[in-house]
Amino acid sequence: MSAIDHAPDTAGTAPEGPLLVVQDLQKHFPVRGGLLGRTQAKVQAVDGVSFEVSKGETLGIVGESGCGKSTTAKLLIGLTEKDKGDIVFDGQSLGPDLSLKDLRKSVQMVFQDSYATLNPRLTILDSVAFGAKVLGLEDPAGLASKMMDRVGLDPDRFAHRYPHELSGGQRQRVNIARALAMSPRLVVLDEAVSALDKSVEAQVLNLLNDLRAEFGLTYIFISHDLNVVRYISDRILVMYLGEVVEVAPVDSIWAAQAHPYTRSLFSAMPSMDPDNRTKVPPLTGDPPNPINPPSGCRFHTRCRFASEVCKARAPKLAGLSENAAHLVACHLHDPASGHPDAGQGLPS
Amino acid sequence: MALAETLPTEPAPAAKPQGYWSGVGARLIRDPLTLFCSAVILGLILAAIFAPWIGLADPYKGSMIARLKPLGTEGHILGTDEQGRDMLARLIYGGRLTLFIGLMPVVFAFFIGSALGIVAGYVGGLTNTIIMRTVDVFFAFPSVLLAIAISGALGAGIVNSLVSLTIVFVPPITRVAEAVTSGVRALDYIDAARATGADAFTVIRVHVIGNVLSPIFVYATSLTSVCMILAAGLSFLGIGVRPPEPEWGLMLNTLRSAIYVNPWLSALPGVMIFITSLCLNLLSDGLRSAMNVRD
Repeated sequence: MSAIDHAPDTAGTAPEGPLLVVQDLQKHFPVRGGLLGRTQAKVQAVDGVSFEVSKGETLGIVGESGCGKSTTAKLLIGLTEKDKGDIVFDGQSLGPDLSLKDLRKSVQMVFQDSYATLNPRLTILDSVAFGAKVLGLEDPAGLASKMMDRVGLDPDRFAHRYPHELSGGQRQRVNIARALAMSPRLVVLDEAVSALDKSVEAQVLNLLNDLRAEFGLTYIFISHDLNVVRYISDRILVMYLGEVVEVAPVDSIWAAQAHPYTRSLFSAMPSMDPDNRTKVPPLTGDPPNPINPPSGCRFHTRCRFASEVCKARAPKLAGLSENAAHLVACHLHDPASGHPDAGQGLPS
Repeated sequence: MALAETLPTEPAPAAKPQGYWSGVGARLIRDPLTLFCSAVILGLILAAIFAPWIGLADPYKGSMIARLKPLGTEGHILGTDEQGRDMLARLIYGGRLTLFIGLMPVVFAFFIGSALGIVAGYVGGLTNTIIMRTVDVFFAFPSVLLAIAISGALGAGIVNSLVSLTIVFVPPITRVAEAVTSGVRALDYIDAARATGADAFTVIRVHVIGNVLSPIFVYATSLTSVCMILAAGLSFLGIGVRPPEPEWGLMLNTLRSAIYVNPWLSALPGVMIFITSLCLNLLSDGLRSAMNVRD
């Protein structure tokens, strides 16, 4: 019929390979000051982030405010220029093999603030159809109304409205429709449901799950809400101060968190069971300043298990001995690290 | 987390496809002051355009015996000037040049300044620095002095006044355009538009212009009254329009010696300038509130 009838994601050169590979991604924002506006310091927003996303899976990215989640998202679709690192989409490396323009045809983003991401002067239909027009697809308006219909907005009632006439949930549906109208293969959802209230959030999450199945999409789902991430994700990636500290399948990380930071993050979730109250003390203090991050393991200033080796050397991301799919960057799990308790796993 | 599949379209009133400009029109109609001011401006413009066909006296034909007749003289309702020319005809014919020199520089400056400001604000970085610091140079001079200096250097004449006044009004409009554009540039919907892979020109055309033009337009409207006064000032100083052309500033100058003989008469061109610029200012105020979508 038309461009919205996707088959499951089988296109591409390497059917077995991951859809997206991110290698050592780095972004340091200069802090300018003084009379001549010289760079005085650098905010190390994203520092050496690597991960893979397989076709059809949903990768959840969690972490505190300011840990580099959103910067990572913007780097992925080139809204922010990366300093270093490789982004390989479906076997093609951004830069040498793949232009930014081509990447953006396959990767779309849904932003957190549903109101700010819609042009107040454009009708809903025009906003949704913009991407299709840019791509030069035929009948952008028809495609846009189909997409609106698919996300649960009646085109007859909403097409000619303006963003300020819609509710938050409706606007976020518009944003999803806009992203999908480009027929992307990977959608980056940056806190896409965080600003919605709980009932609307659940509806939008279900919609996202349905769309993923229908269009064969792959999601990168960024959030600070662990329950939401658990519901929608296949794997979870935990970031701290611009670095990846743990990547694991949902069930594995839910059963046992391997990194002390992840464990604190999980223990900060309010327990819903009075007989099973939260035991691990949540983290104290604020995250260190990313302008001048701690040496070695960036978490050692707040870690209960930190030893000398944590200050001296940064741990590498490696699979656990009992579960190779569960990656963690912590000296406690590396028998050769020199940590006094190394190799015994995370003490309780 | 199973949830009903029915989707939550909140009850909403039936969609009424209403364009942005029809909304602006609807708000303007409820604003009598702005309507009145637009009517005055429109009347002045129409009178100026159709001056030769509405049965006025010849504005160039003087009479030595009918000089400085007071207001209400038979045959000359608004009296005559120092050369016995009909004041009513001269005021209406004068509107042609005065409104032209008063409005055109702002129109030109609106296009040039908006283009410069939008480019500077959207592109940012070195481009912004070059454009905005160049513009800053012009801010070093008071606008009246700058207009006089440029006009003086180019010589008297209508075209030269237009050029000098345009140059005077480009910097403030550029600055406003740049400020508004860099504000819009930082908004998420520009990021979302860039994420579609659209080039800068398309993003500016579809997403930036519509959101920055109305504040720039309103600001430019408020400059028209200043521009009229400046244009009249140039003529008054003798570096704008030359006699015997009727122009309000020039008429104010030539009639000023008659202020002791016939004060009402010599104030007339000033009254015209006053009414026009007041109406333009009120009109720009009304437009500003009418063009604001969200209230």
